[in-house]
Amino acid sequence: MEVIIPILILAFPLFTFLLLGLCGMKMSHKIAGFIGIAMLGTTAVLAYIVACTYYFSGNPEFILDGVRQQYQVFDVTWLAFTQSLVVKIGFLIDPISALMLVVITTISFMVHLYSWGYMEGEPGFQRYYAFLSLFTFSMLGLVVATNIFQMYIFWELVGVSSYLLIGFFYKLPSAVSASKKAFIVTRFADLGFLIGILLLSYYTDTFNFIELTQNPELVFGTTGGATYMGASVLTWAMVLIFTGGMGKSAMMPLHIWLPDAMEGPTPVSALIHAATMVVAGVYLVARMFPLYCVVDFSLTFICCVGAITAFYAAMVACAQTDIKRILAFSTISQIAFMMVSLGVAYDKPIEGVHYSGLGYMAGMFHLFTHAMFKALLFLGAGALIHAVHSNEYTAMGGLRKYMPITHWTFLIGCLAIAGIWPFAGFFSKDEMLAAMFQRHWFWGAWMTMVAGLTAFYMFRLYFLVFWNKENPHYKEHKPHDGPWQMSVPLLLLAGVSICCGWIQFGEFVTWNGEPYHIHIEAPVACTSLIVACVGIGLAALMYLKPNNLPAQFKNAWPAFWKAANRRFYWDEIYMFITHNIIFNIICKSIAWFDRHVIDATMDGFAKVTQSISYRIRGMQSGEVQGYVGWYISGAIVIGAIAWLCFA
Amino acid sequence: MFDNILIWFVVIPIAMMAGLGLCHNSGMKAIRAVMVVCSTVLLGLAIWLCCDFLRLREMGVTDEMLFTGSWMWYAPLNIHLAVGVDGISVLMILLSAIIVFAGTFASWKINPLPKNFFLWYALLSTGVFGFFISIDIFTMFMFYEVALIPMYLLIGVWGTGRKEYSAMKLTLMLMGGSAFLMLGLLGIFWHSAPEGGQMTWNILEISHNAAIDPDWQYMLFCFTFVGFGVLGAMFPFHTWSPDGHASAPTAVSMLHAGVLMKLGGYGCFRIAIFLLPQAANELAWIFIILTGISIVYGAFSACVQTDLKYINAYSSVSHCGMVLFAILMLNATAMTGAIMQMLSHGLMTALFFALIGMIYGRTHTRDIRQMGGLMKIMPYLGVCYMIAGFASLGLPGLSGFVAEMTIFFGAFQDADVFHRIFVICSTTAIVITAVYILRVVGKLLLGPVQDDHHLSLTDATWFERLATVTLILCIAGIGCFPNWINEAINHSFTPIINALQASVF
Repeated sequence: MEVIIPILILAFPLFTFLLLGLCGMKMSHKIAGFIGIAMLGTTAVLAYIVACTYYFSGNPEFILDGVRQQYQVFDVTWLAFTQSLVVKIGFLIDPISALMLVVITTISFMVHLYSWGYMEGEPGFQRYYAFLSLFTFSMLGLVVATNIFQMYIFWELVGVSSYLLIGFFYKLPSAVSASKKAFIVTRFADLGFLIGILLLSYYTDTFNFIELTQNPELVFGTTGGATYMGASVLTWAMVLIFTGGMGKSAMMPLHIWLPDAMEGPTPVSALIHAATMVVAGVYLVARMFPLYCVVDFSLTFICCVGAITAFYAAMVACAQTDIKRILAFSTISQIAFMMVSLGVAYDKPIEGVHYSGLGYMAGMFHLFTHAMFKALLFLGAGALIHAVHSNEYTAMGGLRKYMPITHWTFLIGCLAIAGIWPFAGFFSKDEMLAAMFQRHWFWGAWMTMVAGLTAFYMFRLYFLVFWNKENPHYKEHKPHDGPWQMSVPLLLLAGVSICCGWIQFGEFVTWNGEPYHIHIEAPVACTSLIVACVGIGLAALMYLKPNNLPAQFKNAWPAFWKAANRRFYWDEIYMFITHNIIFNIICKSIAWFDRHVIDATMDGFAKVTQSISYRIRGMQSGEVQGYVGWYISGAIVIGAIAWLCFA
Repeated sequence: MFDNILIWFVVIPIAMMAGLGLCHNSGMKAIRAVMVVCSTVLLGLAIWLCCDFLRLREMGVTDEMLFTGSWMWYAPLNIHLAVGVDGISVLMILLSAIIVFAGTFASWKINPLPKNFFLWYALLSTGVFGFFISIDIFTMFMFYEVALIPMYLLIGVWGTGRKEYSAMKLTLMLMGGSAFLMLGLLGIFWHSAPEGGQMTWNILEISHNAAIDPDWQYMLFCFTFVGFGVLGAMFPFHTWSPDGHASAPTAVSMLHAGVLMKLGGYGCFRIAIFLLPQAANELAWIFIILTGISIVYGAFSACVQTDLKYINAYSSVSHCGMVLFAILMLNATAMTGAIMQMLSHGLMTALFFALIGMIYGRTHTRDIRQMGGLMKIMPYLGVCYMIAGFASLGLPGLSGFVAEMTIFFGAFQDADVFHRIFVICSTTAIVITAVYILRVVGKLLLGPVQDDHHLSLTDATWFERLATVTLILCIAGIGCFPNWINEAINHSFTPIINALQASVF
């Protein structure tokens, strides 16, 4: 493959960032927006070209003997730590990176277009597009990384773009603290990631993904069986690396930043905090999958974290009132779904080849479909917020008459995420559940329940916003659909959400690169459909029309309702630890110690010297009589001592 | 003598002082002209030196030191003015030149007594450059003292707050360090000769002789490491740093944090480790503990400060702790990281202090509780402050990341539990740094405007822009293309690593 196209894919967004960041303020909004959209559009076209070439050209670089290959387009030295441990910046194409290129550029393009309408007239419009470009650049760099250190570099860069975009409305204290929280929580997780990389690279002496993943057993051998606290080094390394993924993908207990991240502009939530950046954790696990397979414990760990998070987030989503937060928790829950799906994938062929990596394929499939319909839902939520100027569903209700486009597209999104045939979510969820049932019935049953909850809270949201009681304020301020820049992406994404489930995904992405044909698992599909319908029915019963069922539920378990509404007090716990313990006790006492012990000791030396010299300065009085007196008394004392000693 | 390029690094600052001496006391234009011309020439010379050095290395010149020269100064004690540079000194000279250049513009409107200010400033630069070019430890020490003394006057006269106290404290603590250092250096001199040979101050000769008795090495190592460590803000000898920086005027803070604190790290490396390798192997653990504490302790202390300069002074304790920590890992990768961290910390702290000076010059306060929302009022300075902050918390693409990562990966090469524990503890600094940086950025730049008087403030002037742009370009340059530093310095470690390995057996 030509080197120039991959380079341009990375260079265009970076150039846009620099251009808009440095001279954006001198441009009008129109020009800045146009530059952003045009450049991103070009990038998207190039990314499609790369992905199509990879999947369809049949070139032996890309597919050899029916197996899709990993191909490094370029890989240049960036920094050499030692002779052998060299950080490179490169461009890796394989099934999942090509997939991600498509996902990122598509959603990013939609969001760029949508923002033109949504952010119109906002101060800092140019800065907004600059940051979006920076994000796109970093995310693209992350997915095409040829080595884990490059991934870490871009991992940090997406973190900072997320920080900048969450805090876009920087005059609001809530946005500032949300951005700070997001950055620090993910940084904390990245610490684990970094230590994991340190461990892994120390024992394997390489960062390169291909070298690491092609011979995982060899990697395992080189650790020489070294263990820490009962677990092998590789287990520690893989779990620690996964910690980084937990931070970015908002897995429990590091999920607390994502709901707050909704302080950012809504298109940003759609792009970063729903479709692309937050799935980086899933992508990381998929990228290192062969290594995770070697260490059974780490896959089980991923499963457990995912299962707990999925259920927790689904519960909380049922009790929120802010529509963006409901969507945020649903994102957490869906990502956890993908995590479990990866966690249940086997590495060894059992009962025919393609079942072995079913969870892997299904997880990536869901990543793809979820990106589409979740971006759709967020952009729809943006249109709602744009129309009623509030995030709370209490300010909405009965909007289907006023905003038909938003209504229909939102409904499609809800059906897709609930997993209703023939929408996209149905297919990917079915594959995931099938994989889970194959591993153990428990995972399957548990996640089917979560799927039911998903259907319930999504349709709770849908009915509360579009049906139920009309808000009386509509008379003064009639809500309406957004401008064409906002509607076009909604319609396009709705179209994609309807049909992208029909893609034969197994032909493109599999764990070992061997394409196969996927098919629907009828029993699993039926079960999940029934569960989803029950969820939707329940939601319809409670929220379609104003009634007192929700109030009854609330009153039946008030403590539970409150706890769910407050997200089971995670934020309070973290606040207590960070603010009361770390800040007030540790930091303050260290600062006190520094001033009052260490510095006081240094000052003490000076004070003691000063006071001694103050006391003895009287001896240097300048009076001759005094000196004579000292001289004579001294002579007498010395004479006396001499006499006593020698006489 | 003057055909040696290195001598010019001392001659030009002296010429600068002479030029300033000719200026009229209030002739601001003439003073600025002298400063700008000389600092630009210095910067140009430094860049030229760097290129020439890289060219020679490229050509395969493998001498330990290049551009060497030696002139007898005082024969009875065998003191020479001996100069020579390796990759590390070249980078340090480049750093100093950049910061002297930026500092000139940052103190464009210094008041009162501009002429005297710049005279002392030039003297300080003389000391700094002299230190980095010397390979004779006596002249090295002399230049070291030349660099320290002007600090007292610069802080005492042009400072703010409790300036007399701070100036006195800083000078006395650093002088205390020099006393230890003097003892150490004299000890090295007395033991420098093999049986019956000529005693020498020359670093290269001492290291070739390798004659220092191991028993003496232990004591001398402690003396020299502590002596330089005081200047490198090593726990528990760092307390001059917060007070000193808080009181110092902008350009002095820049030069002090940017370059002078590097003298400490450079000295530890060039003298304590290089000349006393056996002791370094044996005693490194003591100082690893101390510097490890510095890293975390400085970062935690910075979290609760409310004065902008205190925050950066404590953050310097943390970052400079990392320099010494990396040097003590005694392997080439970590030492490369240490050099990168010196460059990175020098540039970004200079940028920080420059910006703090500019903000203070407008708001007349450094208390973050009294400021807020400055990004809206002065976007240029705000953005620069954010970039400095991102460099400090280790954002890829800026210099801090490269340096920290090299240090961590280097430090991780020692597989024993002691090193592992300290490395992992020190990596937590990347989180704590993020906490205090974002805390400041959040309070100072973002959020609503705190004080309505600030609304009328203006953004950066052209000379302020020039100073900050220079520094930011260098930070980003190192952050994006770090490998040339590796290439510049990887030869320089060979003798040190060889000496360290030879001393093990």
